Amino acid sequence: MSIYDQYQAVIGLEVHIQLLTKSKAYCADAAEYGADSNTLVSPITLGHPGTLPFFNKQAMEFGIKLGIATNCTINEYNGFARKNYFYADLPKGYQITQDKTPICTQGSILIETKEGDKVIGITRIHLEEDAGKSMHDKDPIDSLVDFNRCGVPLLEMVSEPDLRSAEDAYAYLTEVRKLVRYLDICDGNMEEGSMRCDANISVMKKGATEFGTKVEVKNMNSIRNVQRAIEFEIKRQIDLLEAGESFTSETRSFEATAGTTFSLRSKEAANDYRYFPEPDLPPFRIKSEAIEKVKAGMPALPRELFAKFTRELGLSDYDARNLTDTKETARYFSEVIAQNVAAKAAANWILGPVKGYLNEEALDWNRLKLAPQKLAELISLVDSGKISFTAASMQVFPELILSPDKSPESIAIEKDLIQESNDDFLESIAKEVLEAWPDKVAEYQSGKKGVLGLFMGDLMKKSKGKADPKKASSILQKLLG
Amino acid sequence: MKVDQNTVDRLAHLARLEFNADEKQQLVGEMNNMLAFVEKLNELDTDSVAPLVYLSDSENVFREDEPKPWITHQEALQNAAKKDTDFIRVPKVIDQSGE
Repeated sequence: MSIYDQYQAVIGLEVHIQLLTKSKAYCADAAEYGADSNTLVSPITLGHPGTLPFFNKQAMEFGIKLGIATNCTINEYNGFARKNYFYADLPKGYQITQDKTPICTQGSILIETKEGDKVIGITRIHLEEDAGKSMHDKDPIDSLVDFNRCGVPLLEMVSEPDLRSAEDAYAYLTEVRKLVRYLDICDGNMEEGSMRCDANISVMKKGATEFGTKVEVKNMNSIRNVQRAIEFEIKRQIDLLEAGESFTSETRSFEATAGTTFSLRSKEAANDYRYFPEPDLPPFRIKSEAIEKVKAGMPALPRELFAKFTRELGLSDYDARNLTDTKETARYFSEVIAQNVAAKAAANWILGPVKGYLNEEALDWNRLKLAPQKLAELISLVDSGKISFTAASMQVFPELILSPDKSPESIAIEKDLIQESNDDFLESIAKEVLEAWPDKVAEYQSGKKGVLGLFMGDLMKKSKGKADPKKASSILQKLLG
Repeated sequence: MKVDQNTVDRLAHLARLEFNADEKQQLVGEMNNMLAFVEKLNELDTDSVAPLVYLSDSENVFREDEPKPWITHQEALQNAAKKDTDFIRVPKVIDQSGE
């Protein structure tokens, strides 16, 4: 047994979720990504004296949505607090956040791991504002600051220390990203920083009851990098403990190229944030009617859809998982089956030719011009035996993508792909085929059933590929006695 | 609670202020006086009184999520001590060399 197997990692994640509101949390500046530097700012954002914040209702509603989706208690009384610290990208000198009265508490998220489903506790979700963006490497002397992002609303979601491995953390973040995208409250893009994650990591001997010294790791810009940072940090901590060295609680930064972490600042010199109630913003109360209203406007969540697809529609876990991977895939699938198409056939088409096409062209579902109704028509053509799956996927589907207004049937007729299922027609070709191969017919009748393939091949050739294979095969077998 | 030289040093650091030895000595005295004044309030029994956080009793004051431009880019940069055409410039705060 390796020494690493003698230790247990304990991990909690703090996820910052940048909200897709049109305006900022406490003032009406536009909240947009990618605008020219320092154009989406106002005296409030810049922390000028005498300005007053004014809270964005949509940010509260997004908080309620996330709380409902993570089985949290939505707290009625919500106040704001000032978290005081000096940093150039926070001009007020304090962040307006929720300290003692978070909007949501005590929830949970179900994650899928190799060892099965795990329930990860959510300690709290609170509203706060983002800071501006400092660039330290653009200029040799100064740091450059852009305040466009300053004041954009965030939800900070803090998990319980329930995660036990880097893989758990990966699964948790994947689930969180899926949820915020379903809810349309955040685009979940870690590369662009609209979803950010800090990991609190400690290790202890297996069976120990007391957690080890906790280290916080920041600056991971993808879910994969969170996993790498945690893997590195677990090993680093175990190596230190095994070497008999102690370490302090500190904040470290992930360095993606080397896959390592380095110390940012010691937590011992503890930040003293001197929280106190924000006197400029009145508190708000969330009544149960408001929660019900938000709930009524929420889409079905991936878990509910997964259950529906597997239980009601009889799809496999694999199909259901892939179809619920994004809200767009699930919606497209639902619209196709609403046209009376078998669920399994729709799943095969969507996860097969359609997804293949989107991947190849690097398109997302919103850019797919093929209406679900047209795909349903195409699937019906195959199901009713009018055209073969091969002809449908190789010839009709690409043509439909180019001309989404055409009907699949007219394309099939144009391309002469309609299968012949007329019994008399098939029987006459079948007879022709068998007459051409008297010795093979004898072989078949003496027990070599394998030669049926040869007859089928010949029959398909003679019908120019238009014979309905199922019918043709049964007619051949009937004629052969 | 008693304010001493260490308390003043800590608070000065948090507020990013610098004082010389005389000023610090003076502040120790002044801050102790302030605390003594506030401690006078402890003579009152406030167990059944909720803390007063807000002077107004308004609640649920919301803004609809509609962006509204207010000042121009030039106006935004106008009061910055150091700037260029795009950015506000500040002394470097992170040592890029890492550890």
